[in-house]
Amino acid sequence: MGGLTYNSISQTRMATGEIYCQTLIEMAETDPRIVALTADLGKSSKIGAFMERFPDRFYQMGIAEQNMYAVAAGMAKSGLIPFTSSFAIFASCRALDQVHTDICYQNVPVKMISSHAGTSFGQAGTTHHSTEDIAIMRSLANLTVICPADGMETANAVRAAVEIPGPVYIRINRGYDQQVYEDLDYGFEVGKAVELHPGSDLTIIAMGSTVFQALQAARELDAVDKIKARVLDMHTVKPIDREAIIKAVHDTRRVVTVEDHTVIGGLGGAVAEVIAESGMGCAFRRLGLQDCFSPIGLHEDLMSYHGIDTNGILKSVRELMQLDFEEDEDWADEV
Amino acid sequence: MILDKETLSMLEAKANQLRHKTIDTVVYAGSGHLGGALSMIDAATLLYYNVMNIDRDDPDWEDRDRFVMSKGHAGIGLITIFSDLGWVPEEDLKTFNLTGSKYGIHLDSNVVPGVDASTGSLGHGLSLALGMALAAKQLKKDYFVYCMLGDGECQEGSIWEAAMAIAHYNQTNLITMVDRNKAQIDGETEDIMKLEPFQEKWTAFGFHAETIDGHDFEAIAQAIDDAKKRTDQPTCIILDTVKGKGVCFCEGDYRWHYGGISKDMAQQAHKDLDAYYDERLTRVKGA
Ligand SMILES: Cc1ncc(C[n+]2csc(CCOP(=O)(O)OP(=O)(O)O)c2C)c(N)n1
Repeated sequence: MGGLTYNSISQTRMATGEIYCQTLIEMAETDPRIVALTADLGKSSKIGAFMERFPDRFYQMGIAEQNMYAVAAGMAKSGLIPFTSSFAIFASCRALDQVHTDICYQNVPVKMISSHAGTSFGQAGTTHHSTEDIAIMRSLANLTVICPADGMETANAVRAAVEIPGPVYIRINRGYDQQVYEDLDYGFEVGKAVELHPGSDLTIIAMGSTVFQALQAARELDAVDKIKARVLDMHTVKPIDREAIIKAVHDTRRVVTVEDHTVIGGLGGAVAEVIAESGMGCAFRRLGLQDCFSPIGLHEDLMSYHGIDTNGILKSVRELMQLDFEEDEDWADEV
Repeated sequence: MILDKETLSMLEAKANQLRHKTIDTVVYAGSGHLGGALSMIDAATLLYYNVMNIDRDDPDWEDRDRFVMSKGHAGIGLITIFSDLGWVPEEDLKTFNLTGSKYGIHLDSNVVPGVDASTGSLGHGLSLALGMALAAKQLKKDYFVYCMLGDGECQEGSIWEAAMAIAHYNQTNLITMVDRNKAQIDGETEDIMKLEPFQEKWTAFGFHAETIDGHDFEAIAQAIDDAKKRTDQPTCIILDTVKGKGVCFCEGDYRWHYGGISKDMAQQAHKDLDAYYDERLTRVKGA
């Protein structure tokens, strides 16, 4: 990817939000349509550096999210490509009507970079946890929904977002992410899952912060249990990679989804829809928040609490592998 | 003088103690919203220890006056009051914000005794407070509802929807207070999104609005007393305050919206607070 110079080193030095901001600055150098908006979260979302570089293309909107998203829609209708930086909870819940009607219905290229997603701002409690945003955003027509696994993938997603003609929702975490990718060149493509680990016994489909955890789990399953787990980084939740899911069912017959989000309507829901419509049988489990609001705590502790960290995934996979699951050779033919 | 000397001294001592406890809690938690907790603590102290009709033995007493901390991130200050009132075990402050604790940055009304509304998403509190005030009228109860807003929070359109409705219903059993510390996260309110002319905005929305020194118990008590007697208009009391008041390295600096403090800084903060208390006592004695 021309111009971008990030690698795993940058990732250890930079929070994911900072990588987003640097990527945006680099793109804005050559694309005058790009502008940035925030609602008093310039510091928290790390978009402040954009303001320093392009003070005339930065709009501080104050603590007024509904106004910000509708203003961004107006800008986008008039030839700009606005990037909004706020918390995922405020993009998906507070300003939902504006996002629905002004951005998605009118199908304008507002790029909503939404941070502090899932339980990554765990200590702030439910008012700041964003554990329903994927379910909400996924249901909005015209919207592309991406949940990058780490800083590198965030850079790729932000790059890709500009190329997409319509609105895009990118969901990132607070602070630093565990590193999944060494650099930018692993073939990121919107709507195409990345196979991070090969496997024929079962498939773990993950997004965002759980991708790293899934990968760790797969390595351990390989080493300890001799279970070959395929890991898919399903960074694009919409449009979802149906082909990769159907192939996973066909090849492995067991699928586990894992997300820092409610299991209702999120990644697990999206994958379940594809599997159900495929007509193929499959042992299936959705890991995530089980229809609850999360307690407070550090992100890693909450991931453990909700069973979406490496140990939680291992436990579920081991249970699933022990299920008396009838593998009927014919099933795959019923598609 | 609306407050006698004894009451004033009690309030001074209480607010001082709560400021110290807030610092301690920030240290336990590792970080916290110090600035906005210290700017509102005087008003909250006055409310809980002098103004509000509450039952110390029963934080859920149904006829109690309500307090909605709409700027929910100041929970780290509010919790020190609840602990002092005996609603929350003092020991629990040590768990503030830690994994598994009942107490996160934004207090949960279903979990923490004394919290009248779960807030944290800015711009909801005034509407919640209006609902409580309307319910009082509906149920023929005579409790008052107090709502504390952040000034930055008033950039949310929903605050003005609530304001319009409060004036429309002439809801004088609801007293709106704004912690006008002139700072938010990214900077000073007037640089981020101009609020001025602020008092006039409230007036235009149909309120009796006045700006008073938000660190002066006398002034706040007088304004509240007047507000409770006012029947022709709802009242908005704009508390002219300083973010981080009493701790020199925070005072007036928007960057202290949220942060961590080291043990050394905490020590310094306690020292500053002692000096600040002395200064205030001298003023009280001189009065
Ligand atoms: C709807 C919403 N948007 C953004 C935030 C993030 N946020 C938390 S505190 C804050 C600044 C609040 O400023 P102010 O109301 O002036 O409070 P104070 O200065 O008294 O702490 C912001 C933007 C939030 N909690 N809720």
